[in-house]
Amino acid sequence: MGGDIRQDEGREGVIDSNRIDNGNIGTGKNLDKNTVICLITLISENEDSYMFHTPNISRAALAAEAMDLPLITWPTRGEKEEELDDLKDAIAEGVKRYGIEGMVTGAIESTYQATRVQTICRDIGLWCFNPIWQVDQVDYLKLLLSRGFHVIITGVFAYPFDDSWIGARLTEDQVKKLERLQKRYQINPSGEGGELETFVLDGPIFHKRIEILRSRKTYDNYRGRLDIEEACLADKLGDESVDR
Amino acid sequence: MILMVDLCWKKNSLSRPEFVDPVASALRKAGAEIKVLHYSELTSYQSSKQLYRDLLECNGVVLCGTAIQDNFYAGEMDKFSWLKNPNYSKPVLGICAGMQVIASTFGGKIIPRPAIGIEKVDIVKDTELLGEPRQIEGYHLHNYGATVPKGFHLVAGFPHKVDAFVHERRPIYGLIFHPEVRNRWILQKFIELVPNH
Repeated sequence: MGGDIRQDEGREGVIDSNRIDNGNIGTGKNLDKNTVICLITLISENEDSYMFHTPNISRAALAAEAMDLPLITWPTRGEKEEELDDLKDAIAEGVKRYGIEGMVTGAIESTYQATRVQTICRDIGLWCFNPIWQVDQVDYLKLLLSRGFHVIITGVFAYPFDDSWIGARLTEDQVKKLERLQKRYQINPSGEGGELETFVLDGPIFHKRIEILRSRKTYDNYRGRLDIEEACLADKLGDESVDR
Repeated sequence: MILMVDLCWKKNSLSRPEFVDPVASALRKAGAEIKVLHYSELTSYQSSKQLYRDLLECNGVVLCGTAIQDNFYAGEMDKFSWLKNPNYSKPVLGICAGMQVIASTFGGKIIPRPAIGIEKVDIVKDTELLGEPRQIEGYHLHNYGATVPKGFHLVAGFPHKVDAFVHERRPIYGLIFHPEVRNRWILQKFIELVPNH
């Protein structure tokens, strides 16, 4: 036996898609810049990838810039299991380029995703952290709001979500609605089950906020999305501060 | 009150939200009061009055798991010598690394047994914690497992692949899988074993 020497928080990479279930956003105590070294985003050709989110994924670069963190983008065909090799290669690139010692994920309930990232990390010899693992999803959404995260819904993919959800800002009222839908339809309020897609526009770990300049909304039969066609970084508003 | 022992590599580590907080949350929802100590805060049973008070105040103990890459606790077994005190009769639940600690403290061995993900768990002995023999699924996340120490019974799994054990006279249980994932009923059952929780 004998674990790797780890006296303090190390240099971690974060699997990132700028959703709310993201290890960098989700950790109760912000991962500071000495800990988070880079973000890693997989760009999937397959919109129905088992592992990776696709709506507005190309905007992850803008979010990384807003958080003032380098981003590794890595292509994948998004085929089941094969995409894990791509994730492994992307993480290995993080080791090579930035010397990361561990990975942080935003897994909450998904043993499918957690198992696969844990296995990759073990095989590469990295630590794996899941700071929002098993968190109560409604409590988590409330925590994000209380900490000043500005989140919008960018996709719905399940009954009974109507088109009013698309582009809507996550508010206390929306969280209450999600809580009711969770009880009635067993949806995941965080969207981890693919029912919802979210996009973070601002928050305490952002140095700049993201402003959407142009977007396109589509919806049909409980499936719809907001495609962000043009966005930019803007100064944060008023008294918002950055946790670093 | 339940004393939870955080076995992660340092106090308030990035692993705590993954391995301690979900168990604490489940126990609180089951009605228990919780106190968390990091294992570095434990000293030998004989020399620490504070630990002695904590142990007496608490009605049960949970030894939590930790990250798969983390084995630091294995070099600190002297901090768990109080478990062997025959006068300490309160319920104890060791989860994953916690099970390994119990095994090692009572003379068993920590052995390589890598597993990640959902696996079948064969319950082979009827106990108050896991109930009657049957098959369930459990979430595993470990590089190491443990043998059944002398004075314990195998509860789930096989002699060479132990999923759960129990002390033959005291309510000390070890589980190699994580009950906080998909099996929170086990934590509820544990609370029922703890008087005045």
